[in-house]
Amino acid sequence: MTTASLRLALVGAPNTGKTSLFNSLTGSRQKVANYPGVTVERKSGGFVTPEGRSVTVLDLPGTYSLRGRSPDEEITRDIVLGRFDGEAVPDLMLCVADATNLRLTLRLVLELKRVGRPMMLVLNMIDIAKRRGVTIDLDRMSQELGLPIVTSVAVRKGGVDELLKRTDEFLAKSHEAAASEWTTPTIADLKAAQREADRIIAAVVTLPTKPDTLTNRIDSVVLHPVWGLVILAVILFVMFQAVFTWAQPAMELLSDGFAALGQLIHDLLPASWGLLQSFLQNGLISGVGSVIVFLPQIIIIFLFILLLEDFGYMARAAFLMDRIMGGAGLHGRAFIPLLSSFACAIPGIMATRVIDNRRDRLTTILIAPLMTCSARIPVYTLIISAFVPATTLWGFVNLQGLVMFGLYAAGITSALTVSAIAKFFLWRDHAPAPFMLELPDYKMPRLKSIAIGVFTRAKMFLYRAGTTILSMMVLIWFLASFPQAPAGAEGPAINYSFAAMIGHALEPLLRPIGFNWQIAVALIPGMAAREVAVAALGTVYSIEGGKEAADAIGQVLAQKWTLATALSLLVWYIFAPQCASTLAVIRRETGGAKWMVVTFLYMLALAYVASFLTFNLAQALGLH
Amino acid sequence: MTGDPDTSQDNLQDIRLGHADRGFVGKIIRLDALVTGSSLSPQELEQRLVEMGFVEGARVEILHEGTIRRDPIAVRVDNITIALRRSEAMAVIVE
Repeated sequence: MTTASLRLALVGAPNTGKTSLFNSLTGSRQKVANYPGVTVERKSGGFVTPEGRSVTVLDLPGTYSLRGRSPDEEITRDIVLGRFDGEAVPDLMLCVADATNLRLTLRLVLELKRVGRPMMLVLNMIDIAKRRGVTIDLDRMSQELGLPIVTSVAVRKGGVDELLKRTDEFLAKSHEAAASEWTTPTIADLKAAQREADRIIAAVVTLPTKPDTLTNRIDSVVLHPVWGLVILAVILFVMFQAVFTWAQPAMELLSDGFAALGQLIHDLLPASWGLLQSFLQNGLISGVGSVIVFLPQIIIIFLFILLLEDFGYMARAAFLMDRIMGGAGLHGRAFIPLLSSFACAIPGIMATRVIDNRRDRLTTILIAPLMTCSARIPVYTLIISAFVPATTLWGFVNLQGLVMFGLYAAGITSALTVSAIAKFFLWRDHAPAPFMLELPDYKMPRLKSIAIGVFTRAKMFLYRAGTTILSMMVLIWFLASFPQAPAGAEGPAINYSFAAMIGHALEPLLRPIGFNWQIAVALIPGMAAREVAVAALGTVYSIEGGKEAADAIGQVLAQKWTLATALSLLVWYIFAPQCASTLAVIRRETGGAKWMVVTFLYMLALAYVASFLTFNLAQALGLH
Repeated sequence: MTGDPDTSQDNLQDIRLGHADRGFVGKIIRLDALVTGSSLSPQELEQRLVEMGFVEGARVEILHEGTIRRDPIAVRVDNITIALRRSEAMAVIVE
């Protein structure tokens, strides 16, 4: 820690606009990483003051007190108290408060003061407070608290100028930290501090005669027992539409772009370099491309999540869903992550960070891959269109659509069941986490802040695609390409590779569930991304051609497989654990391989048992 | 019949917030986390409630209720709104 720049730390209760202040101070100069050994996000950034001093800022996890009752809050406490290994004590703490809502933050300020380190109170959202007619006697407040106070409007250009100026002033003087008097507060301490905070508020804050009723008016509809759920359903519908339809053109563009790039490289290299050609085109470009194709969906999902979060709706969605999800042992906050998993489990698992209880979060991560992600759709459509007749039932229901719906429903049902079982067996001795959260006033989303948030997530996703996922892809390409087919060999080259050997070796294991060795071979490149299995089946059955070949594959499959095998493969894909990127994300988000292995094994077991039952039942019913 | 304020028995006018209906307006008299349906220890529950602003004398109003069994509830505590389950709200004694 030999950096010469000043270290600032932002501390504050949740919903005080701490993150938008952080965004506005640092812009896109941010680094998001994890604190060592835990899954807590470490957000840092930097800026230069008007007088040219360089400052690093750390955005500490939001907390109501320094008691440290969750891993996030422990990080905040330990850094503030200067006992976090590998993290220097901040030179200056900026305690961020929502000027419209001082009660809880002022108690935190009083607690932080006992730590004795240089501190400044930032009254954020001062513009909203003024507009609502809240007046604050800043001089008197500063006197009462014994702290310098600055006001800020994190969302407006120039809204942090005063803060920057005061930071320079602070730096011009030398500061010494007093000895810490902080001890874990007892209930009596908390109450005394709250009374003191209330006394100061009464002395310095004049509330408007007419309180803000807009939030209340919106809530009377949005939190209505019936209309609230209807509105939630509509929001979700729009979100789904956006993820599946708006992202489509961009995804096709990306996928075509990668295909063209692969072809270009193929054409540029001389044919005698076949191996390098194949590596670049099939291993590197198509492998990484098959993951990057999901970038538009990830951007749209996070755009929605961040917009709703910023607006203040997320806490309401958790409120509406808490009891409904609670039946399956899930926390209300698990709702949005699970929903995102319908697009792709990766952003879903990344979004579980909003769940502060570790057990609730792990359960959510565990079941997120069971939600039918969009990568399964190509596999589902292929098999359904090849084996399920497009007949109409009861005059309006398309049988193919019904099967598709059934597959989604099976995914959801199994997710809820797994959660209930996990709750019963894994966490039986642990009490469920309480649901207690602040419903912040509604605010207009801040576009710049949201843009920075989406950008940061996209960067994280791409970074991962470039590292972990890339190495997986190379391995899978290797398995599918070596050893090479002997000269003059018949049939596709993959039939001579390690993948085929593994496929043949696995065949006895997979025969009870109706899979032949060709399916086993296709499942291996399917590890890269589930939909790759479709192309792999095409390769194994020697079908040439790109996307147009999908129909041809279907025709071939319809001749070569029994209906029982097809149904078994469909059921396999409900649970199918083979998605290398999801497993890599689970490993990263849970801070170790343990939960990755657990997820892989339990999904594998579920897939095998379910396929076994399906195959044998179908055969018993004579579905050949 | 009004009870002696020093006894731990509930006063007749005292209600547990977890039992109150939507639209209820009252004042917090004290916290009593000993008998609730919450999974938290009484001390932990009381501490969390205090951290969320549930302190003696605060004005409370139940603004909204959830769909299933009217749970959870959204409570206005002075000038902030807190969502919590009825089982945890049982610890808040109001009048």
